[in-house]
Amino acid sequence: METLELTQEEQFQARIDEDIRIEPKDWMPEAYRKTLIRQISQHAHSELVGMLPEGNWITRAPSLKRKSILLAKVQDEAGHGLYLYSAAETLGASRDQMLADLHSGKAKYSSIFNYPTLSWADMGTIGWLVDGAAILNQVPLCRTSYGPYARAMVRVCKEESFHQRQGFEIMQTLCEGATEQKAMAQEALNRWWWPTLMMFGPADADSPNTEQSMKWRIKRFTNDELRQKFVDMMVPQAEFLGLTVPDDKLQWNEAKQGYDFGDVDWAEFWDVVKGNGPCSRERLQARVDAWDQGAWVREAALAHAEKRKQRAA
Amino acid sequence: MSQKEWPLWEVFIRSKQGLDHKHVGSLHAADAEMAIQNARDVYTRRLEGVSIWVVESKHVHASNPDDSAAFYEPANDKIYRHPTFYTVPDSIKHM
Repeated sequence: METLELTQEEQFQARIDEDIRIEPKDWMPEAYRKTLIRQISQHAHSELVGMLPEGNWITRAPSLKRKSILLAKVQDEAGHGLYLYSAAETLGASRDQMLADLHSGKAKYSSIFNYPTLSWADMGTIGWLVDGAAILNQVPLCRTSYGPYARAMVRVCKEESFHQRQGFEIMQTLCEGATEQKAMAQEALNRWWWPTLMMFGPADADSPNTEQSMKWRIKRFTNDELRQKFVDMMVPQAEFLGLTVPDDKLQWNEAKQGYDFGDVDWAEFWDVVKGNGPCSRERLQARVDAWDQGAWVREAALAHAEKRKQRAA
Repeated sequence: MSQKEWPLWEVFIRSKQGLDHKHVGSLHAADAEMAIQNARDVYTRRLEGVSIWVVESKHVHASNPDDSAAFYEPANDKIYRHPTFYTVPDSIKHM
């Protein structure tokens, strides 16, 4: 029995090594299933909670054009959450259970959304910087080994590109505007830069799951590799905008053809992960309230559907 | 709790006239009408479709991947079903 199980797992790994996608009804190790449910549902929760910091500015967008764009972006995030929840459900997770885990605080979501959005420039910075980081994380996931997750990510990535561009456009407009507008852009970058670097997760040395996830090809790059790519990609863009990245250790390293940069404040990262971010309680409360206040709608819709079914019978 | 969950629906979309409907994902809805409206919002925000099918997931029956080897094996040795099995002289045109 023991050897048979091993063979099954070896066969599974061989398929992964050949880049053959795993589909819902295929045999998979329990740990693979669990890791995926955790990762996909965390990702879905991040999209859902990610609507809140931006939703905060919909009523105060500076023009009808910006308001329409922001509405579309927030609607996309709801959509991304739904693609991902449905991918997690193919692994046997229940939607209500995933949401219950979010609401109880058992499940995590990206720590970035626990920071406040204080000015309009934050809408630019989130699109440009935060979505830029998200894209770096997400593009390799389009080739992740689990089919439904990879397919959901293809759709997400297609839409995410608009998010980043509209953010950059907001930043560019501010940076080409009045001195006060440019100062607003700089101030937003100062607040968001370090939390954005934290989005790639703990340093490789402190990320015990990375090795197994890479072996299963759930992950394709390590956290530190992606963080380095991000810095190398973003510094020239900040320079174009005439903004200063808030890191005195930032320096071009000719030998590695990349930037050296300062250390992330990991104490802050873990504190936010534990639920002590500036807006952690507010964000979670908003989700719980939305769920509780929507209960009667969910029940009424079911009752209505049931009544119509009986009438038709 | 799971009793209150809206049923799960599989969504199929025809991206343009002349093409077949293709599976795009799933969603929850109380009934078919709501499933189609939700599918419009979730899966066609950028003109990805001109027609939507939804079917409750519990009605989908699927083959078992564990049986794949035996199930598809009979087609394996029938290479004469493919046109490339036959040699046609070079001088023969339009075949």
